[in-house]
Amino acid sequence: MTTPFLEARGLEVEFLTRTGHAARALDGVHVSVQRGEILAIVGESGSGKTTLARTLIGLQRPTAGQVLLEGAPLSYSQKGLRALRSRVQMVLQDAAGSLNPRQTVYESVAEGIRLHGRVASDPDGRSEADLVAAALAEAGLRPPERLFLRYPHELSGGQKQRVLIAGALALRPELILADEPVSSLDASIRGEILALLLKLRQDLGMGVVVVTHDLGLAWNIADRIAVMYLGRVVECGTTEEVLSRPRHPYTQALLSVVPEIDFLEPVVLTGEIPDPSRIPGGCRFHPRCPQLVEGIAAEAGVADACRRTSLPVLPADGDHRVACHLDAARVG
Amino acid sequence: MTGTRTEPLLDLVDVTVTYRTSEGPLPAVRGIDLTVGPGEVVGLAGESGCGKSTLASTVLRLQPSGAAVTGEVNVLGQDVQTIAWGKLRALRWAGASIVFQGALHSLNPVQRIGAQIAEPIRVHEPDLAKDAVARRVEELLEQVGLATSRKRSYPHQLSGGQRQRVMIAMALACRPQLVVADEPTTALDVMVQAQILDLLRDLVRELGVGLLIISHDLSVLADLCDRVAVMYAGRVVESGRAEQVFTDPLHPYTRALSGAFPRIGDPAARYAPAGLAGDPPDPRELPPGCSFEPRCPLAVPECAEAEPPLVEVRPGRPVACIRVGER
Repeated sequence: MTTPFLEARGLEVEFLTRTGHAARALDGVHVSVQRGEILAIVGESGSGKTTLARTLIGLQRPTAGQVLLEGAPLSYSQKGLRALRSRVQMVLQDAAGSLNPRQTVYESVAEGIRLHGRVASDPDGRSEADLVAAALAEAGLRPPERLFLRYPHELSGGQKQRVLIAGALALRPELILADEPVSSLDASIRGEILALLLKLRQDLGMGVVVVTHDLGLAWNIADRIAVMYLGRVVECGTTEEVLSRPRHPYTQALLSVVPEIDFLEPVVLTGEIPDPSRIPGGCRFHPRCPQLVEGIAAEAGVADACRRTSLPVLPADGDHRVACHLDAARVG
Repeated sequence: MTGTRTEPLLDLVDVTVTYRTSEGPLPAVRGIDLTVGPGEVVGLAGESGCGKSTLASTVLRLQPSGAAVTGEVNVLGQDVQTIAWGKLRALRWAGASIVFQGALHSLNPVQRIGAQIAEPIRVHEPDLAKDAVARRVEELLEQVGLATSRKRSYPHQLSGGQRQRVMIAMALACRPQLVVADEPTTALDVMVQAQILDLLRDLVRELGVGLLIISHDLSVLADLCDRVAVMYAGRVVESGRAEQVFTDPLHPYTRALSGAFPRIGDPAARYAPAGLAGDPPDPRELPPGCSFEPRCPLAVPECAEAEPPLVEVRPGRPVACIRVGER
């Protein structure tokens, strides 16, 4: 395998809670994304997926482990982070809240261009207005000049999301990290934004890491998927493998409750993801695992392992991999 | 549909809502007929700005004072838009209640949730002893799947799903016959959404309440509802039995909505997200013909001439489109 464009190796992120306990938001994560690849990081709130995205772009320093850009560990100096962010851009969740309400569309998009001195370094000698217009047009806002002087409150939800994407695109990043890019958008707009991400990959060779709880989104655009649960990747592989033949009971349950899914009997898990300051021993999913509750794990002779033996961290080598004792017993 | 034609709990007759704004009148709801019977779950689907939340607010006369409502909004046989204030007050919570969108913003952040659930009970049954109210609060918490100890929690100590359960407990506090739920699962994770939908289903079955549920996600409604109505630009463009509307949509807008979320496993949806170009029209500047015409993939010149009426194109399937049957 070639050197991935962006890679996380054994990432751990610990936060101190107010009560003084350590909460492990990330507990050993390997993920990697190749140039021009679309990777979906899927999980519920509390799975650590947003922390992973923030760590990948250097907004959060890992407690242990490394982020590598083309094989070189990230430098957390101001210069190092600026270099990273001119190549990797993040599009934040909640378009409405991420745009400055007192800034025009032009100003919002031009900010990054100025910060990174992109007018001076433009090979075609374009002006700032040209670059802003080009980015808006690429994000599907046409004609761009008509939007220059608009304020966020004058835009629809879909347009706001496009302005945010344009702000990221203006820097010609090689990778875009998008946190829930369509979750706050209406159904009919959603497809348009996803199509835009696919088009950027096709036209500009841009890779995308999309963080989402929406499995349909992953099916729509992602090449590969990593499913996260409580700070770990519990299943990863190509989108077809993971979503058509899910092997982890958690992935199976997540898929089964998607309303459009009819090939799986709905398994509604009780409770919610536990607090990351109290990660269960053994398999971290075992307290909610339907296979363990229904005795299927016991039949396979792994119930004890589920409760007591922790699982190794999955490597990000592109194969379909699952962190589950039951799966290991079946495959093994 | 419930077999016998009993009196519906909610009966909307040609309801319109027009907001007065500085830029002139804004027609948010433009003539809606809808009924909800006992034990029936009816869904209202549509995008932001289509008027669905405005319509929900009229059910308990909660629309803003600048909104003019015409038509009839009959709740348990009384037109809530015209009845006296005292009667309306008796009807709110005890006859019909609303689960609002955005549980975080609807709960009081500095009051324990037990006190918040108790409030409507104390207002409606002032003679009820204190410990009876407390017992009722605990019952309600259990009913919505929360530990009774949660009554001492503040909203920020609960997760999004738990807060939504509190909202549902509040809506049930005075044993209403009709519950309106505005986007009850939006912003929740899939698994939590599934839990809340299961809870709503169980409550309808156990309590026999009528439920009007509003959502932008047609697939959620298809799963939960008996009937759904799809709204676009203030009007119903299609309605019918839920699974039929979802699996065999007749209006091109409904088709776009039902196609927006792919069927996982369907090879045709790989690298092909389905979308709809453009945005819904500004209600102040509605197109002269069909309001969906500017975005419609099937539009022909005639579509821009007159707004198509809602016509029953098949038994139980009214659709407002002159191109029904075209693909």
